[in-house]
Amino acid sequence: MTSSEQATSTTASILVDVTVEHAFRVYTEQIHTWWNPDHVLLDAPLAAVVLEPGVGGRILARGTDGSECAWSRILDWDPPHRLLFSWDITLQWTIETDPNRCSEVEVAFTPVTESRTRVQIDHRHLDRHGEGWESMAHSVSAADGWAHDLTLFGAAAQA
Amino acid sequence: MATYGEALTALADPTRRLVFERVADAPSSVTALAAELPVSRPAVSQHLRVLKDAGLVADRAEGTRRIYSVDPQGVAGLRDYLDGFWNRSLVAFKRAAEASAPENEPRSTDDQ
Repeated sequence: MTSSEQATSTTASILVDVTVEHAFRVYTEQIHTWWNPDHVLLDAPLAAVVLEPGVGGRILARGTDGSECAWSRILDWDPPHRLLFSWDITLQWTIETDPNRCSEVEVAFTPVTESRTRVQIDHRHLDRHGEGWESMAHSVSAADGWAHDLTLFGAAAQA
Repeated sequence: MATYGEALTALADPTRRLVFERVADAPSSVTALAAELPVSRPAVSQHLRVLKDAGLVADRAEGTRRIYSVDPQGVAGLRDYLDGFWNRSLVAFKRAAEASAPENEPRSTDDQ
């Protein structure tokens, strides 16, 4: 059974027991507290992950030697409800410099109650990455190590 | 090599899912499964073959019988697919957001 048909978008969502304002703040101002440090394209040891607020801002990693690697541009900024950024990564996992070959990620923050928020990710236009784009779709949809993730979770839970 | 696509397809059949769940409970022979499920022995064998091809179950010989059990690798692959990059990213985000939420936060109001 083989179906080569693959969706050009992938979604994920989660309920978080915080206000919509707090959720947006942590997603943007405190991205360093939750972004997986392995998911940066940097040669130097990681010093910081930064999301520069506002349209035109970047999401970037900074190395201990001052080097920077930005993989996203903020395309839309509507705090505390919506965030849209580009995904400037090639199929070889290097930085994509052609904006026409970048996919985009929308993050929507929707209050469910006063203290509970749904956060929904919609990573779309994955076919813009060009021939072989399915590998990118697979990468962002699939995990890169369940065991590794459990290790991280265990460490965080005990912190 | 089985892919998560084959695993999903294999589990789409309700009867096959029943067989898989029973095998996940405890490693079993075809005879034991057929005795417990409203499915004939040949049908159980057929479902197990599909599950095995999809990488979800493995078998080993035990005397004259074959014992079927869950294939942890295949199941982990399926779990990876179902969890996904962004889901795991969101789980990490949720942990950080809830950990940093003011403990006794009064009701939030729309005026800042």
